[in-house]
Amino acid sequence: MMSEFNMSDALNYVAGHINYWMIIAVMMVGLYTLISRTNLMKKLAGLSMFQTAVILFYVSLGKVTEGTVPIIDQGYTLYSNPLPQVLMLTAIVVGVATTALGFALVIRIKESYHSIEENEIEAMDGKE
Amino acid sequence: MELTYWLMLTIITPVAGALIISQLDKYPNIREAITLITAFSLFGINIWLYLQHDGATYGYTFAEPIEGLAISFVLNDFGLLFALIASGLWIATSIYAIGYMRAHHETHQTRFFTLFAVAIAGVMAVAYAENLFTLFIFYEFLTVSTYPLVTHAGTREAKRGGRIYILILMGSSILFFLPAMIIVWFTAGSLEFVKGGLLNGALDPVYVLPLLVLFLLGISKAGIMPLHKWLPSAMVAPTPVSALLHAVAVVKAGVFSIVKVVVFIFGTDFITESSANDWLIWVPAITILMASFIALTKDNLKERLAYSTISQLSYIVLGAMIANQLSIVGASMHIAMHAFAKIALFFAAGAILVTAHKKYVSELKGLGRQMPFTFVVFTIGTLSIIGLPFFGGMWSKWYLISGGLEFTGVQATYWMILITLSVSSMLNIFYLLSIPIQGFFAGEQKDVQIKEAPVACLIGMAIPTLMTLYLFFDPDIVYRLSLAVAG
Amino acid sequence: MTEQITILLIVIPLIAAPITALFKQNFYAWMITLLVSICCGVISGYILLEVIDGKHLIYELGGWRPPWGIEYKIDSLNAFIAFIVSVIAIVTNIFAYRSVPTEISKQNIGLFYAAMQLCLLGLLGIALTGDIFNLFVFLEISSLSSYALISMGKKRQALTAAFSYLILGTIGATFFLIGVGFLFAASGSLNISDIANRFHTFEDMQLVVTAFIFIVLGLALKAAIFPLHSWLPNAYGFAPSTVSIFLSATATKVSIYALIRVLFDLYPVDYWQSLLFPQILLVLGCVGVIYGSFRAWQQIEIKRLLAFSSVAQIGYIIIGIALMSELGLTAAVIHLFNHAIIKATLFIGAGILIYRSNTTKLEDLRGFGASMPWTFAAITIAGLSLIGVPGTVGFVTKWYLLEAAIEQSKWIVVMAIVIGSVFAIAYIWKIVEALYFNSKRKIHIHNVKSGDIKVATASKSMGLALWLGAFSCIYFGLFTEFPFASAYAVAKGLLGL
Repeated sequence: MMSEFNMSDALNYVAGHINYWMIIAVMMVGLYTLISRTNLMKKLAGLSMFQTAVILFYVSLGKVTEGTVPIIDQGYTLYSNPLPQVLMLTAIVVGVATTALGFALVIRIKESYHSIEENEIEAMDGKE
Repeated sequence: MELTYWLMLTIITPVAGALIISQLDKYPNIREAITLITAFSLFGINIWLYLQHDGATYGYTFAEPIEGLAISFVLNDFGLLFALIASGLWIATSIYAIGYMRAHHETHQTRFFTLFAVAIAGVMAVAYAENLFTLFIFYEFLTVSTYPLVTHAGTREAKRGGRIYILILMGSSILFFLPAMIIVWFTAGSLEFVKGGLLNGALDPVYVLPLLVLFLLGISKAGIMPLHKWLPSAMVAPTPVSALLHAVAVVKAGVFSIVKVVVFIFGTDFITESSANDWLIWVPAITILMASFIALTKDNLKERLAYSTISQLSYIVLGAMIANQLSIVGASMHIAMHAFAKIALFFAAGAILVTAHKKYVSELKGLGRQMPFTFVVFTIGTLSIIGLPFFGGMWSKWYLISGGLEFTGVQATYWMILITLSVSSMLNIFYLLSIPIQGFFAGEQKDVQIKEAPVACLIGMAIPTLMTLYLFFDPDIVYRLSLAVAG
Repeated sequence: MTEQITILLIVIPLIAAPITALFKQNFYAWMITLLVSICCGVISGYILLEVIDGKHLIYELGGWRPPWGIEYKIDSLNAFIAFIVSVIAIVTNIFAYRSVPTEISKQNIGLFYAAMQLCLLGLLGIALTGDIFNLFVFLEISSLSSYALISMGKKRQALTAAFSYLILGTIGATFFLIGVGFLFAASGSLNISDIANRFHTFEDMQLVVTAFIFIVLGLALKAAIFPLHSWLPNAYGFAPSTVSIFLSATATKVSIYALIRVLFDLYPVDYWQSLLFPQILLVLGCVGVIYGSFRAWQQIEIKRLLAFSSVAQIGYIIIGIALMSELGLTAAVIHLFNHAIIKATLFIGAGILIYRSNTTKLEDLRGFGASMPWTFAAITIAGLSLIGVPGTVGFVTKWYLLEAAIEQSKWIVVMAIVIGSVFAIAYIWKIVEALYFNSKRKIHIHNVKSGDIKVATASKSMGLALWLGAFSCIYFGLFTEFPFASAYAVAKGLLGL
């Protein structure tokens, strides 16, 4: 049975998951930049945003309402889940490495093609 | 049990021989001695197998890549026949080749003798193959290992010939033979050669014809038209290669496979019952006639012999297709009889090339008086191929015609068989017998310096020639083994 | 005690890699890499023997109990994959000795070998780990090092190829990470067997389907499954020869391994069966086989041709997985092994061609085979294996695939195999024809000093690597006990029989 549409419930739903909406927004902006730009630097920026969105997602997964920092201390019984944060430390490292490698590649591409525009590079490759 | 080891030796001997030969580049005399020793021992082993073969099963499995699909070998009558012919003629060819290669100043002789031994190992494996899978693998092996022999000269022309050779042989076997084999596996669940036919009862008779066509197309080593072009192309090879491989070993591996497939995969009764052969017989029959007509037009002696081979091979296929006991006996006897006669012809052609440097039929007028021995050999070979008395070739034609008379299918096909067999003998007279006749009686050679070929060549030529005579008077070995095939 | 040895597979290259980076001379850096790969080969071979009869080895990293700690759980599948990877690493390194100095600039040689070891480490790690997040980390270690390796190719297109591989690879990895996140949200665990055991408690959540799609998409991108293969031809085509050999034989295979793990161990089989996933995979596999073979046939350059043929061969593996039967899976796993051998051999052959002529364009190589008969013969043998001629490894795979397909009356698979094989004949023939039959023209030799000895002969070590491969193509096509026993054990294990 369909429950009647209730404006305040819907608002609550949207507001209650505001972090996820934001993450989706960031992710889509990143992905869109990645696909639509021909400038390799901008592509990398998009890629970085895309990865950041996933990191945010993990971190907000671990958040427990009313929970504190996960350090054992008397007086606190409710902690956020530390595991996603730890995982994200690794993911951030991976992301940094990827971006750094990407930048290095862009520099080398710039050196040998004198351009970082994808369409120009493709045109040069096509001639060979 | 002991015979099993002897059976293993049939493959080990030539391989070991090849290994030793390959290391003797600097010592041509020792190298050729080893070639001869290997050839003689291989023949001896095969003779021993024939003498000791008592009807029990001797076999071994080399490898089994997939369960039920094994590379295994077994001592069998038909294989014995083929192995005896090939290894026996290897001796003759080796002797001949020693003279030929030296007189002709061929390069890369070590490679030549090595690969020759390897190819013979492949032939032995084909002969003693226990199942279709093994047969197929070594059928391919034979193609690959003979390829460098075909392109031995290394010239552009040789490469062009080699290209056609490998394209037709490998292409057809992968496109048709392999799928046919896979179909057999999935219908019968096995690839064993079974007396009476593996597919008999396992396959819907409706599918016999298409499957048989697949096999005929796939086994293009048998030289059935339209996939025969590789054989004339292979004539760019040195004469000993053309002689042993392209008149005996490789082409006979083709017809051998066809007879094996007909007798042990389908079963002759099954083919007759499904009347798949009613019209399929026309394919070899037309090949016989067409090849004979083409041979008439060829001036290049080796090419003419190649077309003659194509035509003669189809006799064997024809015998297999008629699929009764007499025709199968005829077919498998023809494997032997044609081998001896045709190798003699090729040797003679090679002797003419090596001493008189003549390739074309039109240049041979009167040459018989300078090279009487060679031309006598040629004449005997020709007469045997025509099928006249006092030569072994008569017996196989005899049984083929008797088989044809017993053909019970469509009337038109019956007449086609008989007409083909008689007309083609007539054509043989025209395109083969005309050569020695002209050699002896027509014209006059200007160059009086021409002498007979080196002694080694003459000895090599004498062996198969004497065999054709001998086999007329005593065809017993060949007949007994052939009868065992036909059941 | 045996359990402890597993971690050595990760630790050895991890320690050796930074040390290697310090060396500038080819010999020392190469020596260390070779030793590392031999160590890994011996260890993984030992592990494989331990687990082949169905036993499991479990190693808890740092002594933390799963599901909290990271667990390495070795069964026959992991061990088999690790074995393939390390053996290919050995063969690649034998080849590398002569090839690397000619293709990599001098100051990068140490770094190059270090990256090779890191790549090996990543691939081994993927194979060994039982923790899905850890798998992501290793996936990225291997990918990052392969981006770097590919970019070291001689031509400048290598840079763009590496860059687009980096973009697509990172998208794939991030997708995988999202999927893992969803799965973690649903299950609260990252341990593969723990998730699998408790799967029924959360299987109704919508999240699990989404997680599945993301994980599979991410891995499919890494494994270059049609139609997500677009990065592969350029990446393998322009990479240095050594890298092409190693990556083509291992990288995609290991990603496929991860996919198999996800499909058969992480998710219950009937779960994704109900999503019609096998059917989708089957169609993708078949189309991939035909498309890859067709595109390979169109190529005019050997390395790109081989790369497209890899797309087709990955299709065969996918078909085997999608058939979901004992035989199909056996075929898929055997082909992981067989294709690794075949492709390594062919890329080694291509590497020798590059070494001697500095080109891989078929047009420029016309008639070149005649001056290098042994190399040419080995390439032909591997080519025949790729076609699937009986007596070679390719035949074994295709035979099992056919049998599995006919068993289930999946005629589309039979069609795909037949069409794929016909195109395979065509493209192998194209190589043979160009190398051997086409008339010898003046071969264009760029960047090679005239009179340089290497033009005249390939080095012994290269020939050894090549013939090791070619010999294995035939040996394992005839004596199939080892790969078959391993693959069969794997297939049974995966299907829970």
